[in-house]
Amino acid sequence: MGTRNASAGDGMPQLADRLWRSAEPAASYDAVIVGAGGHGLAAAYYLATEHGIRNLAVLEHGWLAGGNMARNTAIIRSNYLLEASAALYEHALQLWERMEDDLGQPVLFDQRGVLNLAHTLQEVRDGVRRVEANRLSGIDADWLTPDEVADVCPVVDVSDRLRYPVLGATYQPRAGIAKHDLVAWAYAKRLYDLGVDLIEGCEVTGIETAGGRVSGIATTRGRIATGTVGLAAAGRTSVLTEPLGLALPLQSHPLQALVSELFEPVHPTVVMSNAVHVYVSQAHKGELVLGAGVDGYNGYAQRGSFHVIEEQLAAAIELFPAFAGAHVLRTWAGVVDITPDASPIIDSTPIDGLFVNCGWGTGGFKATPAAGRLFAHTIATGSPHELSRPYVLDRFASGALIDEHGAAAVAH
Amino acid sequence: MLLIECPWCGPRDEIEFVCGGQAGVSYPPDPFALDDDEWGHYLFVRDNPAGPLAEQWCHTAGCRSWFIVERDTLTQHVLATRKLPEAGEEL
Ligand SMILES: Cc1cc2nc3c(=O)[nH]c(=O)nc-3n(C[C@H](O)[C@H](O)[C@H](O)COP(=O)(O)OP(=O)(O)OC[C@H]3O[C@@H](n4cnc5c(N)ncnc54)[C@H](O)[C@@H]3O)c2cc1C
Ligand SMILES: [Zn+2]
Repeated sequence: MGTRNASAGDGMPQLADRLWRSAEPAASYDAVIVGAGGHGLAAAYYLATEHGIRNLAVLEHGWLAGGNMARNTAIIRSNYLLEASAALYEHALQLWERMEDDLGQPVLFDQRGVLNLAHTLQEVRDGVRRVEANRLSGIDADWLTPDEVADVCPVVDVSDRLRYPVLGATYQPRAGIAKHDLVAWAYAKRLYDLGVDLIEGCEVTGIETAGGRVSGIATTRGRIATGTVGLAAAGRTSVLTEPLGLALPLQSHPLQALVSELFEPVHPTVVMSNAVHVYVSQAHKGELVLGAGVDGYNGYAQRGSFHVIEEQLAAAIELFPAFAGAHVLRTWAGVVDITPDASPIIDSTPIDGLFVNCGWGTGGFKATPAAGRLFAHTIATGSPHELSRPYVLDRFASGALIDEHGAAAVAH
Repeated sequence: MLLIECPWCGPRDEIEFVCGGQAGVSYPPDPFALDDDEWGHYLFVRDNPAGPLAEQWCHTAGCRSWFIVERDTLTQHVLATRKLPEAGEEL
């Protein structure tokens, strides 16, 4: 496996020197989105383009995409088990397929396919069931034998040397990865062109209400009057809603990932393994990108425990013996908001004018354009879009949960 | 790696434990008195502070006892650990 000598910019698109400008906060807006991750940016984009709301600001505590947006491992797929999820994530996948045309900027969406390996008889049954369910929902899905897995990704060890040999895999050819920072920049540029304010370094410290409805927000850069607030704050959503007496079914956990040094292209797809507990792809620049499940405790520190990294490296070397010589270059963590059914919440709240898009947990990057579009619909019309109707808060009272733990645990 | 002091076995590495979430969430005395919202809240909603949180942890690879860990979720520091309260005692 040759280390890559070419410069890091190799094969990366050339962008204009300046794509957007961070704005100063105005005294009031028609609507404010909290959080300049992918979801907040996309929500603002669709509010402006599909609902004509342009007197709008996106407020960001840190910097553009400094949260989970540029910390994720950028996997995009729509092969979820249940109809509600398949419809949601497939809508997103179709928006990804035309994102460069919509936004007019490169995002390096690369449909290199995703393999979900099965290592036990139960995983084979679950995988085959998911493939059949996906096909019924009109989603591309195949069940591959171990030899076919090796054809798609020759570096995976499909021999019976493994403690848990590969018995087969689900394969979604249209799945893939995108370059997350380019996605954020593309939205930021479009928002700038549309006259929407992106305000970095502006933390929302409180949501003001009067007579049961939103009247404004307190920020580290002063008060802003607004009747409409959309939270796209990912792992920090609870912190914002708790003072309002709105306790959401969310738990914030660290989720870690890591990259190796740059290598020549050796890994042509994305491989995930729930049982051996790791997933691996190779970034456009050449790093091997590895991740696994969340740390087992709540944490807001954007930092997790070392043994989680150690275990995913051991798992990676088990599945990909060729990677034994690779080195860990960087590790990091984000803070992800986990719901009890591993599915998101896109809804209005009991407080008039306050809307939440949260609970995307470990898997919201792939949903970015759809999350933004559906959230914008809820904010602009006050009621859910057909695709997000199942994703309302009331499901935790009615019991109509959308249990995607099988499709969204180690796999993101 | 967190270092957690089991009240029975002393300080041990985090990998010997599992975190069981917020401590002190007790079964409703009369579940039939709850409406759907309240029951859903009991089942699915737990505190999620950025700061101190009392949790229940189990020393699965040791004495297998459950006990209380107070942890700051912002700094990841373990603030204190203690045995579970006796029946009727406060957390
Ligand atoms: C290591 C890792 C790997 C992942 N891998 C994948 C993957 O492969 N595929 C996938 O689909 N998903 C993945 N995810 C999940 C995905 O990243 C998230 O679900 C998604 O990014 C959440 O939406 P977002 O981009 O809007 O969040 P974020 O980028 O986290 O945006 C939230 C923003 O809100 C800001 N904010 C919070 N509080 C305030 C406040 N009070 N005032 C102002 N601003 C505030 C934050 O600073 C942050 O920028 C991964 C996540 C992590 C951490
Ligand atoms: Zn013990």
